[in-house]
Amino acid sequence: MRILVVEDDKDVAGFVVRGLKEVGHVVEHADNGRDGLFMAVSEVFDAIVLDRMLPGGIDGLKILETLRGQKNATPVLILSALADVNERVKGLKAGGDDYLTKPFAFAELLARVEALARRGKTEGPATKLVVEDLEMDLLSRQVRRAGKKIDLQPREFRLLEYLMRHAGQVVTRTMLLEGVWDYHFDPQTNVIDVHVSRLRQKVDKPFPVALIQTVRNAGYILRAEPI
Amino acid sequence: MAAPLSAGSRFSLVRSAGVRFAAVYAALLAASAAALALFLWWSTAGLLDRQTEAAIRADAQGLSERLADSGIRGLVATIADRLAGNVDDDAIYLLVDPAYKRIAGNLDHWPQTVVQLGAFYELPMHRAGMQSLAQVQAYILPGGFHLLIGRDVEVRSQLRHLLTDALLWALLIVFAMASIGAILVRSLFRNTLARVSATAGAIAAGDFTQRVQITGRGDEFDQLAEVLNDMLDRIGRLMEGVRQVSNAIAHDLRTPITRARTRLEDASLHAGTVPELRAAIDRATGDLDGIVAVFQALLRIAEIEAGSRRASFARVDIVPSLAGVAELYEAVAEDRGVTLSADLPDHLIVFGDAALIQQAVANLVDNAVKFSPLGGTATVSAQARPQGVEIVVTDRGPGIPTEERPKAPQRFYRGESARHTPGSGLGLSLVQAVAQLHGGTLVLEDAAPGLRAVLTVPVVEQGAKHA
Repeated sequence: MRILVVEDDKDVAGFVVRGLKEVGHVVEHADNGRDGLFMAVSEVFDAIVLDRMLPGGIDGLKILETLRGQKNATPVLILSALADVNERVKGLKAGGDDYLTKPFAFAELLARVEALARRGKTEGPATKLVVEDLEMDLLSRQVRRAGKKIDLQPREFRLLEYLMRHAGQVVTRTMLLEGVWDYHFDPQTNVIDVHVSRLRQKVDKPFPVALIQTVRNAGYILRAEPI
Repeated sequence: MAAPLSAGSRFSLVRSAGVRFAAVYAALLAASAAALALFLWWSTAGLLDRQTEAAIRADAQGLSERLADSGIRGLVATIADRLAGNVDDDAIYLLVDPAYKRIAGNLDHWPQTVVQLGAFYELPMHRAGMQSLAQVQAYILPGGFHLLIGRDVEVRSQLRHLLTDALLWALLIVFAMASIGAILVRSLFRNTLARVSATAGAIAAGDFTQRVQITGRGDEFDQLAEVLNDMLDRIGRLMEGVRQVSNAIAHDLRTPITRARTRLEDASLHAGTVPELRAAIDRATGDLDGIVAVFQALLRIAEIEAGSRRASFARVDIVPSLAGVAELYEAVAEDRGVTLSADLPDHLIVFGDAALIQQAVANLVDNAVKFSPLGGTATVSAQARPQGVEIVVTDRGPGIPTEERPKAPQRFYRGESARHTPGSGLGLSLVQAVAQLHGGTLVLEDAAPGLRAVLTVPVVEQGAKHA
């Protein structure tokens, strides 16, 4: 995928660019607001990683507002040291699709960027999600694996739905907290792991192949091939 | 800068509020005294004047009727009668012919100053060897006769003088009293303000323990002093909070930072293989993540305490949030062999921020699950009470000893029994901050055994007094 990184800090930018390239993305980098805006409007990207505080007179939100003003819907992940709830709201209101505060783990950034970039492609209301032999009917709210019905609690259903919608991508614990529970704070205890392991009991345990896999230092991924 | 008030301060007289108040007092006193004097004058001297004039007019009326009845002769007789019957000896009559020759009356000759008919004249005259004052009115009668009717007003004039003197003296006394009163008002004003001023001065000079003295009279100044003291207490708590955070950063964060640094340096110096190096770096990264989490928690508490979130307060039903928390932790609890049960009504409306209340309750539940013994029970319940919605989280763990309870919500405070459980010591601080932001309370009680945390959130909007 083609990703634009607008970030003025050399170390952070270098780290992000190297990391994204390593997993096979094509990455462009701008280290100031002016170049960032120019590249964002003149080229086509699958996703943009945007720092908020930039040199060059144009800050991240300005770039974002300009983009959205031109009906450019490229998914944007705002990456900022401004961590206040108000700042987050400001960023999302300006048209940001996701907000990640610094410092951050690369795995978190990668998972979020890939989720954003892919989200744009798989639009259209699906009524059925299928991953390997796992099937989820969103209308009747039924889950089957290899033809066998699996009974899930409402929250387990939503957790599995989130994993299936992001099948083949890494989802982090914070993404699950935000996406499934709508929590925007970090619970001290690893509550998510317990919920995932419960889900595994129902979805994976009775079957030969485990679909819900743990990605070390990152989160989970739903796919058949082992990592 | 407001310098403390003191004798010989640099305040100019005009700019001193004390002087202004005193001046207003003096002016008011003088004005009311003047009004009183005027009224007194009008109702005594003025009344006497009017009475005299009325008497003269009545006399004239009577005499003119007499003249009409029985002519000049009858008039002369009547005048003689009236003079004879005048017990007070204050009546004055003079009847003259057209040549101003005296016909009857108790005056020798027509006074030269009296020329206009019908007007009142006040003139000095000699009567019975005494200097006296008379008020007279002249009339012309048919046939060119002139009649003068008057009253001796010497007594009245004396009274008037007396009154004038008295009023002048009174004016002097009023002036003196106004001055003294003004000085009193000013010094009262000063003394009252001096308490506030002295306190403010002391605080400005660095002694934050000073508080405005309360006289106990319960007057407006006492109320002001109480409000100021409340404000100072609040500022004190905020400063204490800042100090605590700085101390915490200095001490509590030093340990994990040291650990991370040591790991990195150790790896740099001693790691023999790449996997070893990687493992050391990963562990150090983990340490740093922990530090960041503490920072975020601190910042969040600070953000909540700053009160800016209050702008987004609304009437919300918190039951879905609470049920969400219970559901989120239920699995964790079960995983640890703890039963987490929730007892929630269908709806509970509060005025506040549902996300913050959710986070606060999540912290309480997190603690409850963490400290519950194997096979124990933790409960979350909520109900409407007169003072607000009461959210109760109970566990059967070791609880918090009574003497530690007030300290428990302090930042980084970790009880003896919590030493060996993971946590930053910020969980209850956040709950406390959320409670205060909403104008509610967090009370920790003994559940015998265990801890009962009661978070009360008001249902209606209210100024968080101690937030």
